[in-house]
Amino acid sequence: MSDLSASGMFVPSQTVGTVLCCICGVAMPPNPANMCVGCLRSRVDITEGLTRHAAVVHCPECRSYLQPPRTWLRGLEPESKELLAFCLRRLRLPLRRVRLVHAEFIWTEPHSKRLRLRLRVQAEALHGAILEQSHLVELTVHDRLCDACSRSQANPDQWSAAVQLRQHVSHRRTFFYLEQLILRHSAAARALRIGETDHGLDFFFGSRSHALKFVDFITGVVPVRSRSDKQLVSHDPKSNLYNYKHTFSVEICPVCREDLICLPPKLANALGNLGPLVLCTKVTNSIALLDPFTLRSAFLDANQYWRAPFKALLTGRQLVEYIVLDVEVESAEVSVGGFRYMLAHAQVARVADFGKNDTMFTIKTHLGHLLTPGDYALGYDLYAANSNDFEIEQHKGLILPEALLVRKSYQEKRTKNRGKARSWKLKSLNMDVDTTAKGRADEEKRNTEYEEFLRDLEENPEMRFNISLYRNKEYQPSEMASTADGEDVPTIPLEELLADLDLSEDEESEETDNMKE
Amino acid sequence: MATRIQFENSCEVGVFSKLTNAYCLVAIGGSENFYSMFEAEFADVIPVVKTSIAGTRIIGRLCAGNKNGLLLPHTTTDQELQHLRNSLPDQVVVQRIEERLSALGNCIACNDHVSLTHPDLDRETEELIADVLGVEVFRQTIAGNILVGSYCAISNTGGLVHPHTSIEDLDELSTLLQVPLVAGTVNRGSEVIAAGMTVNDWTAFCGSDTTATELSVIESVFKLREARPSSIVDEMRKSLIDSYV
Repeated sequence: MSDLSASGMFVPSQTVGTVLCCICGVAMPPNPANMCVGCLRSRVDITEGLTRHAAVVHCPECRSYLQPPRTWLRGLEPESKELLAFCLRRLRLPLRRVRLVHAEFIWTEPHSKRLRLRLRVQAEALHGAILEQSHLVELTVHDRLCDACSRSQANPDQWSAAVQLRQHVSHRRTFFYLEQLILRHSAAARALRIGETDHGLDFFFGSRSHALKFVDFITGVVPVRSRSDKQLVSHDPKSNLYNYKHTFSVEICPVCREDLICLPPKLANALGNLGPLVLCTKVTNSIALLDPFTLRSAFLDANQYWRAPFKALLTGRQLVEYIVLDVEVESAEVSVGGFRYMLAHAQVARVADFGKNDTMFTIKTHLGHLLTPGDYALGYDLYAANSNDFEIEQHKGLILPEALLVRKSYQEKRTKNRGKARSWKLKSLNMDVDTTAKGRADEEKRNTEYEEFLRDLEENPEMRFNISLYRNKEYQPSEMASTADGEDVPTIPLEELLADLDLSEDEESEETDNMKE
Repeated sequence: MATRIQFENSCEVGVFSKLTNAYCLVAIGGSENFYSMFEAEFADVIPVVKTSIAGTRIIGRLCAGNKNGLLLPHTTTDQELQHLRNSLPDQVVVQRIEERLSALGNCIACNDHVSLTHPDLDRETEELIADVLGVEVFRQTIAGNILVGSYCAISNTGGLVHPHTSIEDLDELSTLLQVPLVAGTVNRGSEVIAAGMTVNDWTAFCGSDTTATELSVIESVFKLREARPSSIVDEMRKSLIDSYV
């Protein structure tokens, strides 16, 4: 008795004797049944009543298993722990009577549609003796498409939520930029289809939540206003289930970077008497406006804009090239909202006028830090422009400058590089492009716009911030003789490029490149 | 010779009968089969008496006796006592004792010379046992069980004890009782030996569930097999040749 020996008493040693098994007569140590294991096993089958066959339903499309009545479990790899646990649950072992000690898979061919398990169970046999026995179970796998797969297979284009992204301007710069942003953040990963229309893009999703997530992403990167609607497709009156098609109409504000805007008087007053003529410097989820004559800036977020929406006076397509004849710096370099500006007086002439007549303009410009005499710059020709804008008439006594320089131009130097491939490239979303006759006519316009967009990317490092650029493997750096003037065409430094981890056969050699970010 | 019998479809024959070298007590059953088995075996040798004790049929567990005497619990009625006194031979002393533990068959295991008793038996009872039965009394336990009368069956030639008895215990008991002991089962693995069988020096009766193995063990330990000349000589030789110089 162990408790006696624990208390310090002397307990004589007890050796267990042997008795004969009452059935077969073999000598064995005594046990509660007083039968040897073989006789006990042959008399008592503890796996009696345990299931030997069961059925499991499996979806071949998404490789998930059905847990009745309706849940489909994904990610159950063959011969994995989770699949073993799932099979044991399906067997419904009487765990009050037997105890499961060990379970393992016996390997079967996947196409045999059978899962075999070997279980070891312990249970009490007669008179309290505990027997351990091995038990084989075979599960038949039945193939059946789960609800989601059958729905998608019946109608693969079936979308239940759509996002219509629109911007009512005549160029597609915003959409090029958005395309790169979406690729970087994989926001359209769940989209079933992407379609292109003349003023925007359509994204089709399988569920409303995916579409909502996408709309939230867009709201975070551009100033938009959106509204949503739904259309009843079908309904089940008995269980009160309603099946809708949801549509989100998202409109991007038409003001883009480098637009010249004449602010409405109320808004100009609200922003602290910001000169009615402003340049838009940056568009994220808020619009950054810069008064080029006073170097003051303001931010308008989406709600503020849409409360009193205004259009641009002149857009980037109406930029005209000027040649700078003289620059007189007026103030020191200031940093406004992350950008550097310097007020200066400049004497400029339109390139179109430059050899032909003597038309020159003396203007104030904010690009004093960039311009030297002889440079080329792009700007808005307000002298020759015929603006039909309502807002300008609203401002009494407004004197329009003759020209407003917006940015420096590298056009001349670019002609040297024309036709040469760039060292970097961009990926693109696969969209259903509009291939009607009208669509083809716009294609050339699109190509020029795309080229301008790429040029924009080269010139503006802050625009590249949110975009992934990939190294172009076809690019061979040509032996470029150093250009005559010290100033070089801005290019993208190599450190900013990501190696394209494309694991296709012909690019195997590049696999060893590290991702540089 | 060991025989398998049943009392009214129950294999616990030691409960319904008491067998000694001088007499045999049998319970009153519905049919006469049980009684006739004993009759057939012991017809002229020893008296076979049908009785009840305390109005019950479980006479094997209520009384304890050997060829010298019979002890009955205090619950025995006077008629039963008288009946037994009349039926049994005169040299058998029939005594009713006042003892708190009234199932004397469960508490006392005895043969004609020595007995094992329940450790909690009264002092007077112990003296009575020594007087009436003419035996030496030892208080013991078998495999940790105090009901020694249930878990062992002993005769003058051998004994069968509870299967879980350890070897040291077996040696100790064997030394006390001066008979060879073996640990075994009866009635297909039942540990309650004395309830499953009843034995005297030349016969044993076991429950009908007893397997052939158990039966062979019983026959060998109680030495019930037909005596063969060679085996007798072997036995004698072992005891004669005490020590070589």
